[in-house]
Amino acid sequence: MTDIKIRNVSKIFGGSWKAALAMTQQGADKGEILARTGCSVGLDNVSLDIPGGRIFVIMGLSGSGKSTLVRHINRLIEPTSGEILVDGSNVLDLKPKDLRDFRNRRVSMVFQNFGLMPHRTVLQNVVYGQRVRGLTKVDAKPIGMKWIETVGLAGYENKFPHQLSGGMKQRVGLARALAADTDVILMDEAFSALDPLIRADMQDQLLQLEKNLHKTIVFITHDLDEALRIGAQIAILKDGKLVQVGTPNEILNSPANDYVARFVQRRAGAGEPHHA
Amino acid sequence: MFPEAFHISIRGPINDFVQSLVVNYGFVFKAISQTLLQAILFVEWILRGLPWWAVFLVFLALAWAASKKVSLVVTVAVMLFVVGALGLWDLTMQTLALMLIASLISVAIGVPMGIWLAKSELMRRITLPVLDVMQTMPSFVYLIPAIMLFGLGKVPAVLATIIYAVPPLIRLTDLGIRQVDGEVVEAATAFGGSPTQILFGVELPLATPTIMAGLNQTIMMALSMVVVASMIGARGLGEQVLNGIQTLDVGKGLEAGLGIVILAIVLDRITQGFGQMSRKERGND
Ligand SMILES: Nc1ncnc2c1ncn2[C@@H]1O[C@H](COP(=O)(O)OP(=O)(O)OP(=O)(O)O)[C@@H](O)[C@H]1O
Ligand SMILES: [Mg+2]
Repeated sequence: MTDIKIRNVSKIFGGSWKAALAMTQQGADKGEILARTGCSVGLDNVSLDIPGGRIFVIMGLSGSGKSTLVRHINRLIEPTSGEILVDGSNVLDLKPKDLRDFRNRRVSMVFQNFGLMPHRTVLQNVVYGQRVRGLTKVDAKPIGMKWIETVGLAGYENKFPHQLSGGMKQRVGLARALAADTDVILMDEAFSALDPLIRADMQDQLLQLEKNLHKTIVFITHDLDEALRIGAQIAILKDGKLVQVGTPNEILNSPANDYVARFVQRRAGAGEPHHA
Repeated sequence: MFPEAFHISIRGPINDFVQSLVVNYGFVFKAISQTLLQAILFVEWILRGLPWWAVFLVFLALAWAASKKVSLVVTVAVMLFVVGALGLWDLTMQTLALMLIASLISVAIGVPMGIWLAKSELMRRITLPVLDVMQTMPSFVYLIPAIMLFGLGKVPAVLATIIYAVPPLIRLTDLGIRQVDGEVVEAATAFGGSPTQILFGVELPLATPTIMAGLNQTIMMALSMVVVASMIGARGLGEQVLNGIQTLDVGKGLEAGLGIVILAIVLDRITQGFGQMSRKERGND
């Protein structure tokens, strides 16, 4: 079980980030900063405790900084300020070699736009993490096949990504992250392209992983039903700021402000949250 | 007349510089020259020593591997047959040997340079203008430094050819690597791939079609240098053309010229075929 602590992380995209950072500290909003400095605010002083061994859901409108936030956890993005602690140790202190090891063995990721390697087959894509780790083709194959079957792509292992549909590609990305067998899995809208049946099935798989293997799963979604169903906790972002964190019940029953209320209002009590 | 007072001559300093290079580092050039000559002679020895049908077979096999099309194989066969029938076989093999060596060395220089350019903004800013200048310079100019440092013969001919022909390969390697989808590289990074693993496992394979296009251009430019290079001692078809011109033997010149064109077409089709193949392999992504 690996817990993740995000401490006062801000991320400004753009050259004059110093001015922009100062403006965020004075409480200027995202649009104003973009107009004045040309920088876009990815995250604005976000602090978050992600407990180990649970599914943690992040929600928010498009452009609110969800992808930016999870990319900080495996340091695909360096924060402008703040720190990220995984199991108590600061990710920002890792040397290049240790950082590669950390990414390879401790966190894996499913990408919003899949990020599959077009020149590798489904199987070769799925075992990428294991191969980087030094496993031979022969040893990696059964691991890959197991996860390809789990995501329902048996028979497609020798196809190339361009021969698959969007939802199938997304499942390859999913299988790749799962095959890496890491404690932490970052899932950026990992189910967005799936049909409702496969989606429900994948949600069950995820709950199994949480229950049996105690994986820490950070899950981004736009779908409130999905969030309520699988999330032990839900965090809501707006314009790079953290608006509310809480269990599904807390979010449903005591929304922190109008923004959150609008997020949850269209569902009044349908379905049962998994983590009551 | 332009006033004498403003006259600056760079002739003296350049000559002195080259002179001192040759005097002080002559052994370096000699060593390079010797190794290169051995390599050229070796390839020539193989190509000219092989029976004609063996070379034929190799070319047909390459044409097939590059395109999987019977039409290309037949075209290549007919073209090579014409070369043989015109009595140009041996000369063509000499030229081919120079092409092969020049292309191999161009790849050895061009691809790593291209990678470096793609990885370093500074390097790119320095090199691109140099490449621009190199590509606009008339090919004759490259003969000068080559002769200065290496005298007359096959070695300076090959070196001049390389300098003339390598820029497109550098450019297109750089372009190919930069064009690789950032998300794919990001994904490889996220799974712990090291820079070397990402370069060889992701970037280079995905850049291959573009690099092949660069190689194709490099080979074509090298062929266009054949006649010029023969002025400083490259043998083969180029020399024959030059001979034809010098003795006003138009027929002889044209025959050899035809040989160069055929060689160009054959090499062009084959390298393009390989390029398209690597593009097709991964669909339209
Ligand atoms: N590489 C970048 N360069 C500049 N700005 C960026 C970059 N990446 C993200 N941003 C900005 O950061 C903000 C947050 O982007 P992010 O991708 O994290 O949003 P998101 O919440 O994942 O949205 P979506 O739901 O559409 O995926 C946006 O305003 C975006 O313009
Ligand atoms: Mg996103």
